[in-house]
Amino acid sequence: MNPVRLTGRASLSLLRAVGAVALFALRGLFRLRPFHGRAFAAQLFQIGWLSLPVVGLTALFTGAALALQIHSGGARFQAAEVVPAIVAIGMVRELGPVLGGLMVAARVASSIAAEIGTMKVTEQIDALVTLSTDPMRWLVTPRLWAALLTVPLLVGVGDVIGIMGGWLVGTRSLGFSSAGYVANSWAYLESWDVVSGLLKGAVFGLIVALCGCWFGMRAGRGAAGVGRATKSAVVAAAVGILAANFVLTGLFFR
Amino acid sequence: MIEIRGLHKSFGTRAVLAGIDLAVGQGESLCVIGQSGMGKSVLLKCILGLEAPDAGQVLWQGRPLDQATRPAFMARFGMLFQGAALFDSLSVWQNVAFRLRQRMPDHKARPIALEKMARVGLGPETADLMPAQLSGGMAKRAGLARAIADDPEVIFFDEPTTGLDPIRAARINALIRSIVTETGATAITITHDMDSVRAIGDRVMLLQDGRLAWEGPVAAMEGAAPLAGFLGHDPAGQG
Repeated sequence: MNPVRLTGRASLSLLRAVGAVALFALRGLFRLRPFHGRAFAAQLFQIGWLSLPVVGLTALFTGAALALQIHSGGARFQAAEVVPAIVAIGMVRELGPVLGGLMVAARVASSIAAEIGTMKVTEQIDALVTLSTDPMRWLVTPRLWAALLTVPLLVGVGDVIGIMGGWLVGTRSLGFSSAGYVANSWAYLESWDVVSGLLKGAVFGLIVALCGCWFGMRAGRGAAGVGRATKSAVVAAAVGILAANFVLTGLFFR
Repeated sequence: MIEIRGLHKSFGTRAVLAGIDLAVGQGESLCVIGQSGMGKSVLLKCILGLEAPDAGQVLWQGRPLDQATRPAFMARFGMLFQGAALFDSLSVWQNVAFRLRQRMPDHKARPIALEKMARVGLGPETADLMPAQLSGGMAKRAGLARAIADDPEVIFFDEPTTGLDPIRAARINALIRSIVTETGATAITITHDMDSVRAIGDRVMLLQDGRLAWEGPVAAMEGAAPLAGFLGHDPAGQG
């Protein structure tokens, strides 16, 4: 085997795959007519509302644990009083979007891939075509837009709950006064911290729905095919979120 | 009238359809039979545009069906899938009225759906059930109601009796026959169930190794040697 040829072939395959996914995303995002409002509303509920408990609980425990960690670590260099500010900045810039995105990936990418994959293997997608309905418009477009719009909202709610988690720990066990904790949180928080986190949420939401739809539409035959599609969707969404987070953090804060 | 000219389709090196020519007249009921893996379902998918043929043409009313023209024609076609292919997230009536709901409000679409459901023997008590709550026979009936909901001019049936016991299969066959006769629709049925062929078909076509191996009226199939294996007869000279 010629290593140059192998590398070239692998690079071409990668570029082909990236191009195919990009075209799929563009077709999914911009094939809006006819717009299936009912399907979109159902996805807003499925992806947004039903993800709220898991995102909220994740943020609550993360904020609380972060407060304990910063207090314990900060005490080594007499900086324990920075707990509220670091919890707030850490949650809105990084942990809220990333952990929220990962929890949505686990819940939503798997669900979308399994649902669309099952529809594919049971000929429901073929049935859509025979009923004069474009599967991209019916299945993919509502999911992409619903995730794009609801995940930033989930991240925003998660940010607030995460800061509340830190406040609970700070006021109950670390000796902060309630007013002092809140004032300290706000004092160092900038609007760009919040906006950047919400923008990350939108990108992560798109990645989650895109992975679910892409792998679902390409599910192989039978239960094993659906299982593989589901696993691939979750792994790709999680890795995609972490990679995108690195790139976006570099863009936003360098 | 549906006409197929020189249809070829291969998967890798395996030719599944190797030059199929056929014509189905207005109001005619054609049954396509053949062993599993002989390309029956691929033929159907090529006609409906679910698979792209490597070569050949599908014409409807003399006009070619291709990627560009097919969506416009699709509204005149109905299809009953092998496993019914009902949408899991929609109730039975919403499945039946799927196409209707895209151009009319629910309060107008629902009575039409209930009428079509009644036509296939599904009562209004099943309207709000989800597909997972239906038996195999009921799911087929719901699939059939969906196929005829928009009064199609051509109806395709893919293995309509697969997975049903003989009694339910006979009922589905009788239902299909009566609907096809009543509506005057053209019907193309893919099956390997000879009881279906006798009940539904006017004409039968045997697909073998991607080619048309025999074709004739249903009445003539009993004496046809190529069909002996399907009819349960001992093929001549094979012991």
